[in-house]
Amino acid sequence: MSGETKTIRTTYREAVRMGLCEALRRDGRVFLMGEDVGRYGGCYAASKGMLEEFGPERVRDTPLSELAFTGVGIGAAMGGMRPIVEIMTVNFSLLAIDQIVNNAATILHMSGGLFNVPLVIRMATGAGRQLAAQHAHSLEGWYAHIPGIRVLVPATCEDARGMLRTALEDPDPVLIFENQTLYPMEGELRADAEAVDIDHARVMRAGEDVSIITYGASLYKALATAETLAADGIGAEVLDLRTLRPLDDTAIMASVAKTHRAVIVDEGWRSGGISAEISARITEQAFYELDAPVARVCSAEVPMPYARHLEEAALPRLETIVATVKGMVHPHG
Amino acid sequence: MAEFRMPSLGADMDAGTLVEWLVKPGDMVRRGDVIATVETQKGLFEVENFEDGVVRDLLVPPGTSVPVGTVLATLSAAGEAPAAGAALAAIPSPATDAATARPPEPTPAVPPPPSTPSVRMPVSPSARLLAAELGVDPATVKGTGPHGAVQRDDVERAAGKRKAAAAAPPPPTPPPTAPPPADFQAGMRQAIAAAMSRANREIPHYYLETPISLEAALTWLEGENLKRSIKDRILPAVLLLKGVARALGDVPELNGYWLDGRHQVQEALNLGFAITLRQGGLIAPAIHNVDLLGLDDLMAAMRDLIARTRAGRLRSSEMTDATITVTNLGDLGVRTVFGVIYPPQVALVGFGRVMEIPWAENGMLGVRRVVSASLSADHRATDGHRGSQFMEALNRHLQAPEAL
Repeated sequence: MSGETKTIRTTYREAVRMGLCEALRRDGRVFLMGEDVGRYGGCYAASKGMLEEFGPERVRDTPLSELAFTGVGIGAAMGGMRPIVEIMTVNFSLLAIDQIVNNAATILHMSGGLFNVPLVIRMATGAGRQLAAQHAHSLEGWYAHIPGIRVLVPATCEDARGMLRTALEDPDPVLIFENQTLYPMEGELRADAEAVDIDHARVMRAGEDVSIITYGASLYKALATAETLAADGIGAEVLDLRTLRPLDDTAIMASVAKTHRAVIVDEGWRSGGISAEISARITEQAFYELDAPVARVCSAEVPMPYARHLEEAALPRLETIVATVKGMVHPHG
Repeated sequence: MAEFRMPSLGADMDAGTLVEWLVKPGDMVRRGDVIATVETQKGLFEVENFEDGVVRDLLVPPGTSVPVGTVLATLSAAGEAPAAGAALAAIPSPATDAATARPPEPTPAVPPPPSTPSVRMPVSPSARLLAAELGVDPATVKGTGPHGAVQRDDVERAAGKRKAAAAAPPPPTPPPTAPPPADFQAGMRQAIAAAMSRANREIPHYYLETPISLEAALTWLEGENLKRSIKDRILPAVLLLKGVARALGDVPELNGYWLDGRHQVQEALNLGFAITLRQGGLIAPAIHNVDLLGLDDLMAAMRDLIARTRAGRLRSSEMTDATITVTNLGDLGVRTVFGVIYPPQVALVGFGRVMEIPWAENGMLGVRRVVSASLSADHRATDGHRGSQFMEALNRHLQAPEAL
């Protein structure tokens, strides 16, 4: 049994749940808290059955106050626990942004290095499920602005499970953003999956002509784009950022140095977003490698519409990414 | 008004990249001042100015690659009034006398000179870099990128085409045009290839070789060096350079150019000295007026030139002014060099390794330190007879080192 690498097929949702259960089993200091995580099993069913296994002390339903329970999480972390706080969506995290930005991110600094805040906050992000403008934005780029926290964006089942474990080993606050369209996605993962690296981006598909730099659910649009472009003789390299703060500049520049062209695909808005940051860094660090201006495919600058066709139109679309790449690359031949 | 143009820093250069301006509009400049740095396939050069004057306009922004001859800047000749609207701010003249001072007459508003809209060709940064490496002028490349921008592919295509065009009669099947390696050495290799191809295509070379005993010269030098501190010691190569300079005094025809279909003997004696670069390739920058330099000065000049060549800080005049080239492959163990002339020069002198060999002289056999000296010369400019006289003179001067 031991020594052989078995893989299992499961969903992203189940991978998150496996990660949570393993975390609670491995370390008595770890507990999960948030709205509806217990009796309801999580609003995305990521903690289904956990209340039964771990009891109400370690799987705690909280009142509808993000500010309060995130603050409790910070206090518990400072007191020696390893809390996992679940916030239903990134839109609601704005109610807790004072705790996250003014407390979690700064206490180590304000205490002169005396107090770490080993807190993990998970939240859903992104659109695509007709949840409209108050439940479907991609604001992870905002958090990537803040020194003192780490921002993870798992896109694969392996990362959905493994990043949680690595995040819990981090002595400082880590935010994990799970794109809500990914929960039902199926994927392979190692049965004995362990903690994964959270410092590096990963090349998900190699190519010579253009780098598509992305993260989260957009990864799959990028991979589909690469498939479409391959039929036209354009080799697209797809880079999954995996971590938005700190950004893996080395991987980004290595890919741009290889392909000389970069398209950033981001479900966030273009103005002042993480895509702007990535573009700026490419210009700063790889200007002389560029064979075309850096391009971005982002969400339309509107509150996310409810109607399905409008929501689809507002999000980065495969056709847009394909057209953007074709505008930068002239196919060989 | 004078124009400062992209200089040709060698027969093989057709474009250069302006890297940095060392002056700004309004600056006074003198003939010989270094006013810009330019990058070519052979490296970075400090470019000197040829006129006294005041800088008016800098027409080419740094980072731009332009063909040789392109006007880079305009200068007002010394004394000439700077143009209205030039960057020179009018300096208020001190009032001469309060009594005679009167309010200035209203001057008609001078319209600013029509500014030539600088149309910057869209060339991607990466393509620009590649073009510089491959010696392609991006301005001559047809862009196929977004908005007609020149991209890497376009530059590679253009470089490939140029290579194909340079190939002799078109073969029945086009040669496989592998994209040239995109690095600096490749660029330099191409530059050397262009110059040497031209030399062998155009110049009818003749070659002379003779062994020269250096026993007297080296013995004398060893004695001289004992008087010097280690860092001031003179290398044997300096004696060879000086010997060449002296011999050219006797046979000046070898010192000059074949230009515009005629032989142009040069008065200045600027020896191009072939220097191998550590990263590969070579440059033969000039040591100016070698005939006027003493041995110590020549040693210092040579040391300085080698250091600056390897650091990529040569001056433009050093790249263009050589009137003859000397190459010394002795340290590599080669016995004799048969060199290729660097056009438009008409001669190249080569030295091999100094070897101890049996040497008969005055009916006696002895061991002497001997160097093989060779001359490659342009038969359009000189004949073997004159070349032989040069070799004879070279030998004669090297036998009298104290007179060097």
